[in-house]
Amino acid sequence: MAQIVLDQLAAKFTGGEILESGTSHGDEWARIRRDAWLAVGEFLRDDAATKMEMFIDLTCVDRLGMHGGNPDAPRFDVVLHLYSVVHKHRVRLYCGVTEDDASVDTLCGLWPGANWFEREAYDLYGVRFKGHPDLRRILMYPEFVGHPLRKDYPKEKRQPLVRRNAATRE
Amino acid sequence: MSAAEWMLSKIDDATNWARKFSLFQYPFVTACCGMEFMSVAAPKYDIARFGAEFPRFSPRQADLLIIVGTITERQGPALRRIYDQMCEPKWVVAFGVCASTGGFYQNYSTMPGADQVVPVDVYIPGCPPRPEQVLDGLILLQERIQRGEGHSQITIASEKAAKKAEKLGQTYEGPLVSIRPIGEHPKLEENKVEK
Repeated sequence: MAQIVLDQLAAKFTGGEILESGTSHGDEWARIRRDAWLAVGEFLRDDAATKMEMFIDLTCVDRLGMHGGNPDAPRFDVVLHLYSVVHKHRVRLYCGVTEDDASVDTLCGLWPGANWFEREAYDLYGVRFKGHPDLRRILMYPEFVGHPLRKDYPKEKRQPLVRRNAATRE
Repeated sequence: MSAAEWMLSKIDDATNWARKFSLFQYPFVTACCGMEFMSVAAPKYDIARFGAEFPRFSPRQADLLIIVGTITERQGPALRRIYDQMCEPKWVVAFGVCASTGGFYQNYSTMPGADQVVPVDVYIPGCPPRPEQVLDGLILLQERIQRGEGHSQITIASEKAAKKAEKLGQTYEGPLVSIRPIGEHPKLEENKVEK
């Protein structure tokens, strides 16, 4: 569908910035080195052959325990979906982020729509987006401790803000 | 029972009768149950037949809080504040399983039932409940109101009883809070005042 996007990426970034790429279920994907995240985004948005001017989605995947115990493998994947209205093709980009330094460059400067998605990823997974203008929680309340979609967050742990008085049941 | 007390109990009956047919609801609608709530309020099922016609969108003008849908932990303070703003006597209905128990949500963000934050008089099960179930729940609530069993009616009655006991120099152990008929409550029986 959009092999040209991967071809363009491979032609432009020859310094190992594209770690892996492939096609699955009719969609192209590429795994980007973390320091090239912003540059790849900018290239895909502005290059005439790719023209990814539409930001679709940004989210995160916690791959805790999915790397066969390899301690160097990044725990989180930041996942970005882009679409080109002009060329009608789409691509999915991954960026591995380690637990110790869970941060990646913000894409707010390229697509303003990324703002709330990055806040959501920060809220639920604790990945920090460097340079984000307003990196606050967006779904959970400010008093919430931890990041609930991390796989090591206790499944049923609740952090209530208010409860009835147990003594009077009022 | 003196003649004055007998008169007062008749006045209470009449007041409760009037209250049960003039419920002003505050619909706290958060989720899909709202569609069923609209169905109950619309002409086909017509909750107006039971005197609960008018949804008021200010808690200060309402005496029946209907919690329709999932309550998250984040909504807890807002829900409690709305409840606190309502005038007494007030009643609360949990509409659907999410408002009653959290329903099929069991996670970090969903409150396991609105009764964690506000007292609830009637729980209506169902996901979402059929309009007939809602009307059934409303009739149940009306029976409760007539018998003076609403949670805030009980609170008011127990506060009155406490005042009366104080006047007569007797001890009264705190307000009664469980939702039971007043006459049958053991604490009230103990503190029954004979003239």
